[in-house]
Order: sequence, then C-alpha cells, then structure tokens
Amino acid sequence: MAKIIGGYFTSHVPGIGGAIMRGDQETPYWKPFFEGYPPIQQWLAEAKPDVAVVFSNDHGLNFFLDKMPTFAVGAAPQYDNADEGWGLPVYKSFEGHPALSWHVIDALVRDEFDITTCQKMLVDHAVSIPFELVYPGVESWPIKLVPISINTVQYPLPSPKRCLALGRAVHRALMSWGGDERVLICGTGGLSHQLDGPRAGFMNPDYDMFCLDNLAANPDALTGHSAEQVAELAGTQGVEILNWIAARGAMGDVAMTEVSRNYHIPISNTAAASVLLEPA
Amino acid sequence: MSFDPVSDDNERRRAIPLFDGGLATRGFALNAMCFSFNEKANREAFLADEEAYCAKFDLTAEQRDAVARRDVLAMLDAGGNVYYLAKLAGIFGLGVQDLGALQTGMSVDEFKAMLVRWADEIPAGARVKEAV
Repeated sequence: MAKIIGGYFTSHVPGIGGAIMRGDQETPYWKPFFEGYPPIQQWLAEAKPDVAVVFSNDHGLNFFLDKMPTFAVGAAPQYDNADEGWGLPVYKSFEGHPALSWHVIDALVRDEFDITTCQKMLVDHAVSIPFELVYPGVESWPIKLVPISINTVQYPLPSPKRCLALGRAVHRALMSWGGDERVLICGTGGLSHQLDGPRAGFMNPDYDMFCLDNLAANPDALTGHSAEQVAELAGTQGVEILNWIAARGAMGDVAMTEVSRNYHIPISNTAAASVLLEPA
Repeated sequence: MSFDPVSDDNERRRAIPLFDGGLATRGFALNAMCFSFNEKANREAFLADEEAYCAKFDLTAEQRDAVARRDVLAMLDAGGNVYYLAKLAGIFGLGVQDLGALQTGMSVDEFKAMLVRWADEIPAGARVKEAV
C-alpha cells in the first residue's frame, strides 16, 4: 500500500517561470507570492516523497482539439517538457513510474472511470512550474511522476463532483497498490482568473476563500456548482480548481492539517495560491 | 456570498466565454495554426510570410481578418481558444496583460492597475497566509 504523505496545491501561472528565470523572487511584486513556498520546500525535504501523482490541465502542448480526453493518465517511462511557444525555458524531464501508472489505470477502469491512457505525454508548465517552486535548482527531480490530465479547455468539462469522485477512485487505487512508495498528491492551477473576453482580468477572492476554507475539511462543498457555474464564479480559466478538487479527493477522506497556505493578488492575471495539507 | 446561475443572455455569454463544441468546430483551423506555433520553425515561417502561413491552415475569411487586425475579441468570436491564441500573441511579443488590455479597451498600465485592485476585494479577516 502506498503511503499518502501530503497534498501540495499551487497555482502554475506561466509568468512564475519567467520570474524564476530572471531571479525576481525577492522583488516587491513577486516576494509575497514566493514567500508561500519555503515552508513547503522544508516539509518536502523532510517528508521525502518518492512519487508525485499530479492533477493538472494541458494548455495545448500535449493535447490538441483533434483528440481531447476528459481524463487522461500517463503511463510513460519519462515525461518531457517542450517549447510552448511563448518564451519559457524548456524544463527538466520527469521519470515516470509505469507500473504504478498501469495499476492506477487498471483500478480506475474497473472502478468505471473510462479514462484515456498515454504511453507518450508531454507535460507543460502546469506540471513543471509547481516543482520548480518547491525543488528550486535541483539537477534532476527527486520524485517520479504519475500525471493525470483533466480537460479544462473544451466544454463540456467534467463537473467538480465528478473530479472529486475521480480523485477518490485514485485514492482507492493507491491504497490497493502493492508497493510502499511515499506519495505526494498535487493539484495545480487557479485560483480565480480569466484571460479571455471583455471580462479579462476578473478575479473572485470570495470564491477563492470559499475554496481554500473548505478544501481540507469539506471538499464536497466545492461540488455544489456545475463547471459552467465555476467558470462564472472563478473566471473562465479559474475552472482549473477542478485539478485541486480531484487532488483533494485522491488524498482520501481523512482529517487534514493545513501545514501552509499563501494567497496573493495579483500574479500576472491571477489570484495565486499555495496550500500544503498533511493527513492529521 | 450568493451563487447566481449562469445567465442565458448574450452579453453574459460573451463575458464568460465557454469554449464548447460549436466554438471548437468553428475555430478548428485557427486553433490548429496556433497549436503549430509550439515549434520555433513554424513561428518563424509565420513571421516570414503571414499570408502564406494562414493559407496553409485554411483559415476562414473571418479568422484571417481577425488575425490580420490583431483583434483578439474577433479571434475569440471566430472560435479561437485563449490557450492557443496565447501562442500567436507570443509571436508578437504580447503577454496576457497585453491581451487583457486589447480585450477590455484599457491601456496596459490601466489593466495592470485593475489587476492589483482585486486585492482590495479580499474579505476582511480572510486567512491568506499560514505556516505551521
């Protein structure tokens, strides 16, 4: 049985990658955001996870509209990043854990989640930036990756309720795994932001606080809205909260301690946040 | 806080663009071209001969016109998805604040100032920072 040691939730705004590249962490604009990460870095240095199961959304690097899976699970030996077209550096590759991936895939389909499987999968800034934030400057990632991609691009999106259920099914899969890996669960993206249309620049601190305050103890509270309602509340790109909801489900229905929380406005066009939860 | 249901009214639909099957169908050619910009050689080919590059992807007249005018709202109306359009914007050296300014009619500085002002909406007493 895998041991779930914690859950790391973070925004993945591409601009963070630019700030890291320029070394802007201590500047007045960026400092309040980067201050959220040292507690998570220290916690990870002690907790030493072996594997990260990461829920994120692709932004047009791996998936195009010709084939758009609602839920996709990676089963690759290695996951590369690549040029996304807007000037970010190409980030380090992740080593995969194909045996665990296939176990998760098998368990999910038996659990009636009809996911897509990917033996080749590029991972974009939504996976790379969260780890650049918590393992700054490492030569190679100290964790293996099991990536799970949720469609937040093309409607209909999966509902928050379905994403939480997917996460809970991933939790059951991890509990039935024969290995003893120490697993970190990650959900990336958000919080509220909107890039497109005349409402571009919209944020919603009230809704973000509702999500942050319920994430640990009452994630079901986040499932009362449809994906369309979340787009209205959180902004059209704020639907990335679906990744957080699924990740919370994957941590299991046990009491959680909030080890750290940071919420800051604005980072680029986004209300940015980081949270670390640990099973109590 | 109240959670109002999504309204059906057109203005609201434009304010909260939901990239559905209709838009994904209408925008396929434009988004396919933007997806190609993940590769540097394709970005360079676009810059070298924009007309020929757009023709290669069979952009509709509406899409071609929107791209020629650098009109982001028109690209969205023509089925463009912002995640793909961002790759086109990158070719012109435009970031998401530039896109926001173009779509809202603000200057880039006004748009950035508006983003900063959202911090004033953080509810009093909200737990925004915690480390055990």
